[in-house]
Amino acid sequence: MGHGGGGALSAELVQHVFAPAFGGEVLAQLGDSAAVTLGGARLAFSTDSYVVRPLFFPGGSIGDLAVNGTVNDLAMSGARAAYLSCGFILEEGVELSVVARVSADLGAAARAAGVEVATGDTKVVEAGHGDGIYVNTAGIGLIPDGVDLRPQRVVPGDVVIVSGEIGLHGVAIMSVREGLEFGVDVTSDCAPLGGLVQAMLAVTPDLHVLRDPTRGGLAAALNEIAAASGAGVVIHEGRVPVPEAVGNACAILGLDPFYVANEGKLVAFVPREHADAVLDAMRAHPLGRRATVIGEAVEAHPGLVVARTGLGGTRVVDLPIGEQLPRIC
Amino acid sequence: MKYIEEFQDPELARRLLDDIHATVTRPWALMEVCGGQTHTIIRHGIDQLLPDQVELIHGPGCPVCVTPLEVIDKALEIASRPDVIFCSFGDMLRVPGSGRDLFQVRSEGGDVRVVYSPLDALRIARQNPAREVVFFGIGFETTAPPNAMTVHQAKKLGIPNFSLLVSHVRVPPAIEAIMTSPSCRVQAFLAAGHVCSVMGMAEYPELAARHRVPIVVTGFEPLDILEGVRRAVRQLERGEHTVDNAYARAVRPEGNPAALAMLEDVFEVTDRAWRGIGVIPDSGWRLSARYRDYDAEHRFSVTDIATQEPAECRSGEVLQGLIKPHECEAFGTTCTPRTPLGATMVSSEGACAAYYLYRRLDLAPAARTAPLEASPVV
Repeated sequence: MGHGGGGALSAELVQHVFAPAFGGEVLAQLGDSAAVTLGGARLAFSTDSYVVRPLFFPGGSIGDLAVNGTVNDLAMSGARAAYLSCGFILEEGVELSVVARVSADLGAAARAAGVEVATGDTKVVEAGHGDGIYVNTAGIGLIPDGVDLRPQRVVPGDVVIVSGEIGLHGVAIMSVREGLEFGVDVTSDCAPLGGLVQAMLAVTPDLHVLRDPTRGGLAAALNEIAAASGAGVVIHEGRVPVPEAVGNACAILGLDPFYVANEGKLVAFVPREHADAVLDAMRAHPLGRRATVIGEAVEAHPGLVVARTGLGGTRVVDLPIGEQLPRIC
Repeated sequence: MKYIEEFQDPELARRLLDDIHATVTRPWALMEVCGGQTHTIIRHGIDQLLPDQVELIHGPGCPVCVTPLEVIDKALEIASRPDVIFCSFGDMLRVPGSGRDLFQVRSEGGDVRVVYSPLDALRIARQNPAREVVFFGIGFETTAPPNAMTVHQAKKLGIPNFSLLVSHVRVPPAIEAIMTSPSCRVQAFLAAGHVCSVMGMAEYPELAARHRVPIVVTGFEPLDILEGVRRAVRQLERGEHTVDNAYARAVRPEGNPAALAMLEDVFEVTDRAWRGIGVIPDSGWRLSARYRDYDAEHRFSVTDIATQEPAECRSGEVLQGLIKPHECEAFGTTCTPRTPLGATMVSSEGACAAYYLYRRLDLAPAARTAPLEASPVV
C-alpha cells in the first residue's frame, strides 16, 4: 500500500517505472495536472482514481471526492474545470441503491463545481475483487492567458501560504474506518477549489505554484515543490493551522498532522510583493478564511523542507516513505 | 486536550532553558530512556537549545527497536500461514526481519491487520472462530497490562482461537545493564514517565543509590523533557543521586495497582533478548504457566527460530548510547528508513530514524534516492 501513499515509494514508482515507459515531455512535468496546448488553446488535463474506504464518510463520499479531487488538480494549474469523464468499476454484489447514492453525490458535486460530466464508462468485477465501488475521473479545463504555475518558477523569497486548517480529511476517514472516537466529530474538508484559485489569480496572475496537499499531506506537497524547484523551504511550525481535534487525534495515534491528507486545501508559493493582497483575497473567500502565511522559500538547504519548531529548534520535514503508521507508544 | 499546548509553551520553555544554562558548570551526559522522549527531543529541536555541556544520550526505550530479529522472524512465519489473522500495532509492519517485513507478508496474501488495541484482535477472534488470531504483544511496561488483560479475557470468555506472540521488556534491568557496562558514559537518567505510571517508582531508588545516578521520572511533552533535564542537571551539579518525580500529573509512587495485579496474574519475569544488545537477565515477561495455552510461539511451534543480525548494523551501540546514529558507517547510505538494516532506522522513535528524518541538515548529506530493486508493489 506504500506505493499508493503519495510519499517516496509513490514517487519512485512514477520516476523509475511509469515515466521511462511512457516517455513524453508533458508527463515529465509531473504536476497534479498536465498543461498542454491543443489547437491554440492551453488546457489543463488530469486524471485520478478513487478507492476510498468507506464510501461515505463525515463531510462527503467517494462521489464528492471523485469530482473535487480532479477539479482541484486542474485548479492547481490555474484552470477552471470544464468537462469530466467518469469511469465506475463496480464490484459484483454492490447494491444499486449505493451506486445511485454515489452518483447523486457526484452529480451534485459537479454542479457545485461548475463542471459537466461529459462521458463515462462502467465495468463490473467479480465479488471479492473490489471494495464495492472504484471511480476514476479525468478532467480538462482552460488555463487563462498569463498564468504559468509550476514549481520551477519558485524563487527564494517566495511566501508560502496555506489556505486553511490541515488534516481534516485524513482524520475524518480514520475516525470512521478504524472506529476511533476522538471526542469531537471531525468532518472532511472535501471541496472544489476552482473559485478560490480564480479569486487569487484575480489579484495577480503571477502566482508561482499551487499544490493540493492530498495524499502525504502538507509535507509531501512542500517536498515535491522543493525537489522540483531546487529551492529550500522553511515553515514555521507554530503558524500552520492545525485544528484541535486533528492535533488530538494525531497525538493519540502518534501521527504527524503535516502528513495527513486534505481534500479542500491548497498551498501556494507567491512572490513576496503580492503576498498580502493574495492573502486578503483568499481570506475573503469562504474556502480561504483561515488562510495563513506559514513560511518562505530560501536559498539555504536546496530541495529540503525545514520546520522551525515552536521552541526555536529546527528539523527536516521529509517526504513520507509510504503511509504513516500509528506508533505503539 | 488543551494541556498539550500548555506543555509546549515557548515562553515557559525559554525560562526552563535559561535555568538549565544558568545551572550547568561542566559537561554532563544524560540518557533519556524512552523512544517517545527521543522523538520529542529531536522533533522539537530540544537538543539544539540545551547548553553544549549537556549531552543527551538516546536510550534503548523504543519497543519497536529492541524487539529481537528472531521474534520478527517468528511473526513473519506465523503471519504467512493461511489459517492465521495476524494483528499488530502499525509500526511493527515495516520492521525488517530476515529479508522481508509484515507488509511484504501481506502483499504475498497473508492476512495482516493493523489494530489500535489488543482488544480489537480479540474481537476479530470472536468474529472469525474458524481462524487463528494472533496479536503481536511487544513493548515495555506500558503496553504489557492491556495485552495481559486481553489474554485474561480470552481465557475467561473461552476464546480458543486467540494467542499472543510475546516480546515484552522491562526498563529497570536495562538501566542496570547500561550502568554495569564498562563503556557506560551515562551520569543521569530521565526515566520513562508512562512506564512509571504503571509500575510506580519502587524499583528506582536502589538503582540510583547503587550506581550513584540521579533518576528523574520524566514526561513526553517538550516542557516535561526540559523540566526533567533541569532537575537532573541540578542534582548532578549538587552531587546528589535521588529519584525525583517530574511527571507527578501522571505518576503515583505506587503506580497503577490494577495494572500491576494483571501483570502478576498473566505474566512471569524471564530473561529476554534485546535487539542489538543481547540477553539481559530478568528483563522481560512471558506468559505464566496458567496462560501458556495462549502463547503463539508454542501454538505455532516457532520456538526454535534463531537469526543473525546484519554485521554492519551498529544499532546495539546506538541503543546503549555508545555512538550517535550518524557515527555508524551505514547511516544514510546503505541504511535509511526506506532500506533499514536495523530497527532503530524503522521506527520514528528509533534514534537513527529520528536523526535521519529530522537532523540531516546538521549531518553529512545522505543518499536521497535508493535504486529500484526487484521488489513487489507494497
